[in-house]
Amino acid sequence: MSILEAHTVERDPGDRSRSSRRVSPLRWVAIAVAGFVVLAVIGEITDSGSLTGRGTFGAAVRLALPIGLAGLGGLWAERAGVINIGLEGMLILGTWFGAYGGVEYGPWWGVVFGVVGGALGGLVHAVATVGFGVDHIVSGVAINLLGPGVARYLNIVVFDDRTGATQSPRVSGDVGQLDLPFLAGGPILGWDTPDVLGWLARQEWFVLSDIGGALRGLTGGLSLVVVLGLALFPLTWWVLWRTAFGLRLRSCGEDPIAAESLGVNVYRLKTIAVTISGALAGLGGAVLVLVFASIYREGQTAGRGFIGLAAMIFGNWRPGGLALGAGLFGYTDAVQLRDEAAVHSLLLFVAALLAVLGVWSLARRRSLGGVLAVVAAIAVFAWWALTDEYPTQFVGFTPHITTLLVLAFASQRLRMPAADGAEYRRGQGR
Amino acid sequence: MLLGVAAPTLAIAIAVAVSSVVLVISGDDPFEIYSAMWEFGTQLNSIISMINRAVPYYISGLAVAVGFKMNLFNIGVEGQYYLAGILAAVVGAWLDLPAPLHVACICIVAMAVGAAWAGIAGVLKATRGVNEVISTIMLNNIVGLGLGAWLMARFRESETGGSLQIATEHIPASGLMPDLNSWLEKIGLDVPQGSRLTGFLLVAIAVGVVFYLILERTRFGYDLRASGMNAWAAASSGVSSNAMVVKAMLLSGGIAGLVGMSYVLGDFGRFTGDFPTNLGFTGIAVALLGRNHPVGIGLAALLWGFLERSAQRLDLMDVPKEIVVIMQGTIVLSVVVAYEIVRRIRAAQLQREVSAQTDDERVSDVTGAGATA
Repeated sequence: MSILEAHTVERDPGDRSRSSRRVSPLRWVAIAVAGFVVLAVIGEITDSGSLTGRGTFGAAVRLALPIGLAGLGGLWAERAGVINIGLEGMLILGTWFGAYGGVEYGPWWGVVFGVVGGALGGLVHAVATVGFGVDHIVSGVAINLLGPGVARYLNIVVFDDRTGATQSPRVSGDVGQLDLPFLAGGPILGWDTPDVLGWLARQEWFVLSDIGGALRGLTGGLSLVVVLGLALFPLTWWVLWRTAFGLRLRSCGEDPIAAESLGVNVYRLKTIAVTISGALAGLGGAVLVLVFASIYREGQTAGRGFIGLAAMIFGNWRPGGLALGAGLFGYTDAVQLRDEAAVHSLLLFVAALLAVLGVWSLARRRSLGGVLAVVAAIAVFAWWALTDEYPTQFVGFTPHITTLLVLAFASQRLRMPAADGAEYRRGQGR
Repeated sequence: MLLGVAAPTLAIAIAVAVSSVVLVISGDDPFEIYSAMWEFGTQLNSIISMINRAVPYYISGLAVAVGFKMNLFNIGVEGQYYLAGILAAVVGAWLDLPAPLHVACICIVAMAVGAAWAGIAGVLKATRGVNEVISTIMLNNIVGLGLGAWLMARFRESETGGSLQIATEHIPASGLMPDLNSWLEKIGLDVPQGSRLTGFLLVAIAVGVVFYLILERTRFGYDLRASGMNAWAAASSGVSSNAMVVKAMLLSGGIAGLVGMSYVLGDFGRFTGDFPTNLGFTGIAVALLGRNHPVGIGLAALLWGFLERSAQRLDLMDVPKEIVVIMQGTIVLSVVVAYEIVRRIRAAQLQREVSAQTDDERVSDVTGAGATA
């Protein structure tokens, strides 16, 4: 009995040809550059430089990373066929254990403890879903109950006399920072390389300087934990799509019975995958503690585990798409944090996006969607033109509405692993 | 039959064992704590408090269960009841109607808002194939991260009387739900000062009965369950899966709209910043524990209410009351593990019986053949 089976059913056969055609990496880069140019132009028109400022992109990466790591955790579990709705609970375990390790033994031990704490949550999920064949959603919900309960209980037992029930003491010390050599002026063997991107960003050349600034934000002043976290995305891609281990792991998510017939130990691989999933979420929690707040605080995760799950679905169960989705959340958060007024100019960006989408749909003779998108574009443009500011309360959920809109237009191209969420018993046969 | 009772009992035993271990590790005596919790939790005002807590959990559990019945995961009850709570309180304060009608109108508004908000996810799934888990998470965040605050800023009461609390206007007395204390007194119970049994209990029971009747005794309920069990089979008997998705989400959201109403129409009399959150997520746990059955969900909701009420005693004993949250999480997990084990034992039993039967037949065939030869 799986609760999440129904939505694979309603796809009409005509979509198959489209969904199987993948967008090449080059086109992704082209789309990203085009989007960036539009942003830069809008920043110029509306005089809100923070849309493409270098600080914005640096902040966006930091804000996106916990979401992305939670999503990456979801990706590992679901590629092996286990739905992981318990990411939020594992993220919370990561924050508390990360803070505990950080406070007691120093920041790098915080990273280790955070990973282990999350992995423990993952292991519980693995034992329940793989070992006992419990419904994945049920087990995930239980972990989302347990995570905050355990974290708060432990915090009271360990830190109550020092800082109270809902937070930990401050983690002192830092994990260190990294500037990439040549690009952002980082040193190599004691020699300071030129800061090429920083120089480009200072030139005030239209668009080019903006791109330089954005890349400078992405390559300089990076916390080493952030670098570690970012490296896990290509690593995940390589392990899952370029190694025999990854192929076997994904085969458990697509067709465990076939995998079994080829001698793959499905239980073992699923358990490993779900434990790694928890470890990644735990690292996300440690990042939240060590890079942002320096302390564990109750409610610190603010639903990022769920958003990570959404980013993963948005990214079609692939690391690249997931990173894009997490980046979208991180970017809007960053703009909002740095310059609330600039969010108003984002309306113009949304209008432009909708207009492009509408024209594209009309060109492909999907008239209803096209007309709707064009009407929406005009409405958003009118909103931008007729108002001076965007209600501050709306800023917080802007990325969530964007996700809904994107999914409404693109979700028919998504395909989850075929046996995702299905119960599997060894030797069950067909 | 015996096995059916065994599963939940086993689960609660496991949960008690796990939390005992946690308590012993942190240096407390579990037996002392449990007996204190039991003693405190079975006093009359604790029982009233338990029921008051259970009412929203119950309604929330029913809302989630409607989705589960058709393989839909409405994780969005959270946003649906919150939005419904605000808008129903605003409309309720603005309306001027005689008493029963006023309450009914507020509840209808709440249901309509909840249904509409859930309906967005239903329509997106039916027309665009958007996974309802992710769309309802997004809809939750839209309410929780801004829309709620924005509505509160628009509709906050004009005369605060010096109070700093942000709240909507008060609902007139005709729109409030009376408490049931007089009923308790009629059956000879002496209700302690300050305890009020929520009148919304009656609404909750009614929703449970209607839930049962609709899902188990109507054509619509049959179609809904069939569509959830096997969309292809249902489709070939003429049930449109897409239409059922939208209808199930509307029904689920409509029930969800009522979740917070016992607060709005009861103690608060309006919508305030103290309006409880997380009731939607609790509903998921309660629905799972109650196996999506209206009676089971009721028992689960009462158990949750009991645990939370009796946990208040722990503060006096210097024990973190989060032990109860650990207990709840363990119960959810161990109850499904226990059901799974029971299911396997049953399957094995059935297999043995069937094979024993067929063996008998084969033996009698062989002996029968021998006799004629």
